[in-house]
Amino acid sequence: MFKRFASLQWKAFFRSSSLGKSLAIKIIMIFFGIYMLACLVLMGVGLFFILEKTFPGVDPMLKVSSYFLYWILGELVFRYFMQKLPVIDIKPFLILPIKKDAIVHYILGRSAFSFFNFLALFLFVPFGIVLLIKGYPALNVLVWLFAIACISQFINFLNFIINKSDKVLLGLLLVLITFYAVDYFQLYPIQELFGNIFYQLYANPIWAIIPLALAILTYAVNYRFLRNKIYLDSAVKEKIKEAETADLGWTERFGSIAPFLQLDLKLIWRNKRTKTQVFMSFIVLLYGLFFYTQDSYGSTSAMFAFAGIFITGIFMVNFGQFIPAWDSAYYNMLMAQNIPMRKYLASKAGLIYVSIVVMFLLSIPYIYFGWEIVVINFTCALYNLGINVPVVLFFGSKNKKRIDLHKSALGNMQGASATQFLIIIPLMVVPCILYFVLKYFISFEVAIAILGLLGLVGIILRNTVLDKIATIYSAKKYEMIAGFGEKD
Amino acid sequence: MITVQNLTKKYNSSIVLNLEQLEIPKGQSFGLVGNNGAGKTTFFSLLLDLIQPTSGSIENNGILVSESETWKTFTSSFIDESFLISYLTPEEYFYFIGELRGCNKADIDALLANFKDFFHDEILGQKKYLRDLSKGNQKKAGIVASFIGNPEVVILDEPFANLDPTTQIRLKAIIKDLASKKGVTVLVSSHDLIHVTEVCERIVVLNKGEIVKDIRTSAETLRELEVFFGSSILPKEEKRSTEEE
Repeated sequence: MFKRFASLQWKAFFRSSSLGKSLAIKIIMIFFGIYMLACLVLMGVGLFFILEKTFPGVDPMLKVSSYFLYWILGELVFRYFMQKLPVIDIKPFLILPIKKDAIVHYILGRSAFSFFNFLALFLFVPFGIVLLIKGYPALNVLVWLFAIACISQFINFLNFIINKSDKVLLGLLLVLITFYAVDYFQLYPIQELFGNIFYQLYANPIWAIIPLALAILTYAVNYRFLRNKIYLDSAVKEKIKEAETADLGWTERFGSIAPFLQLDLKLIWRNKRTKTQVFMSFIVLLYGLFFYTQDSYGSTSAMFAFAGIFITGIFMVNFGQFIPAWDSAYYNMLMAQNIPMRKYLASKAGLIYVSIVVMFLLSIPYIYFGWEIVVINFTCALYNLGINVPVVLFFGSKNKKRIDLHKSALGNMQGASATQFLIIIPLMVVPCILYFVLKYFISFEVAIAILGLLGLVGIILRNTVLDKIATIYSAKKYEMIAGFGEKD
Repeated sequence: MITVQNLTKKYNSSIVLNLEQLEIPKGQSFGLVGNNGAGKTTFFSLLLDLIQPTSGSIENNGILVSESETWKTFTSSFIDESFLISYLTPEEYFYFIGELRGCNKADIDALLANFKDFFHDEILGQKKYLRDLSKGNQKKAGIVASFIGNPEVVILDEPFANLDPTTQIRLKAIIKDLASKKGVTVLVSSHDLIHVTEVCERIVVLNKGEIVKDIRTSAETLRELEVFFGSSILPKEEKRSTEEE
């Protein structure tokens, strides 16, 4: 039975549409994956030496153990968002002559091999190898690695248990923050305490039995829970969220584009992928800290122009580059309706304008790092408004790939094609080079003035430009309809 | 109202639609029947300018559909669920379509009140997004949305599929009413011969992209169609299938 399940899983993977994606994206994704894993492995190798150097005289093993608590809590929080038990997959098996026990074991057993369970091993196995080379006792190290594998499984199954409630997540975060605070303010050495406990896994290999027992126990709890609820109307059911409606009456003041604006706001708020992008935009705002704290740049580096374009334009890039693919699921209807393309685009542009202004306003506190930064960001915002918005919309007319809105956002490359990589050049690279050249050969003031002026010219001409872009969209209508209709 | 001249659609070298001449007068309820792949949806897509004809033309009220877009103001349609916006509630969807067709909320509410029976309390006020409704209820929402804004031409592809018997009967009454009392030209395609013969004044049978029959509906029509589909084209078990993918 398990052999058959395994073969199904194999087919599901190799026949999945994600493998049929265009070659370029596949290669980039693979490289990215390899890069991530390589980073983990390198970190694993280097960890021993780093700890040895930073904390001389302390056994690196003890130091590593002291971080275990945060690793476990952190990974639980991480998995809460990233990993769910794919119960819905077993729907087709319910009516086949397969024992329910087997089905439940299959779905739980399958999760034991999920990608997340191997992340920790990619870090700790190289670390273990270094330990062995450094002459740590082999038995202890090997059992310790086994214990880590068990902890990974424990986290895996515990996650499925707690995943059902938001309160647990809050609790987890609270515990994580409290522990950290208690440690940080030296109220009680929690980290050290747990460090000593986890160190026992290494010192006395017999204790490895505890993670093993915990892993088995959580598996059993999951098993019992699922076994009793393996019915279409309980466990094997997609959750339906109650619709939340907000009054978007305030958009009426935007006149004829109001209905589209409302639609776009709902699009963003009610779909996972778009919603994540909004949160991402705010996180990117913190990216500035990374640039502005580097003293070596000076006060008016071209890197700051890059940061300015990036921070004020992050939503523009993320959301704008997939226009009109966001509406791909119902593009047929839009095209059969009485919709002027011009208004449709004006609404999208309006939304992006607002995002740029908001991002700029939020970036004002960076004045702490020098007034030049605010000047640069303001200029970059102008440039984004005037030049980059039309550029993004223009490149949007090349979109022919469907986007399924209900799919999750992280690492979701659906709808992406070479355009999405090419678009970076005109959006980000061109203004940075322009700024760099002008500043280098003339002066900072001139560079700012020219970029800002370009932006202003773009803003003044926006209606003419939008008309032009609308004609391009209309001309590409049939291609888009055909492309969006293809489900991959 | 609708005039088709030498319309063809080819994919690579295979001809999927070839209509020499077709004239649908105003206020007619027009039924299109045919097996899978007969070209029904292709014809409707051409009519809505969603795909380009290989040759020939369609005029809707004297407007060439591939040239001007003004036909959109008086034509509405529901082809499949790709006409629904999945993340809206049904009410929001109706209001949105209303905005596009120049109706305010009050107009829409008045229109929806007429369809209270049709909705059977399963569409409005459910606090559900369209994506979470059952297929049948999604279809109901889409069909009613196509009645918004007093259209002169209504195009419905397979409106009876996936609907429960009560709703089918109500929908038939609604369609008949639209054509006879309000002078709306209604184009309906279906796999179900009984439904089309009941609803439509005129039935055109498509086979492999060509018109093989053009009948003014009478008492013998159903019999005639059953004989036609039962004998000539395909094995018997296919003739009453109601699903089309």
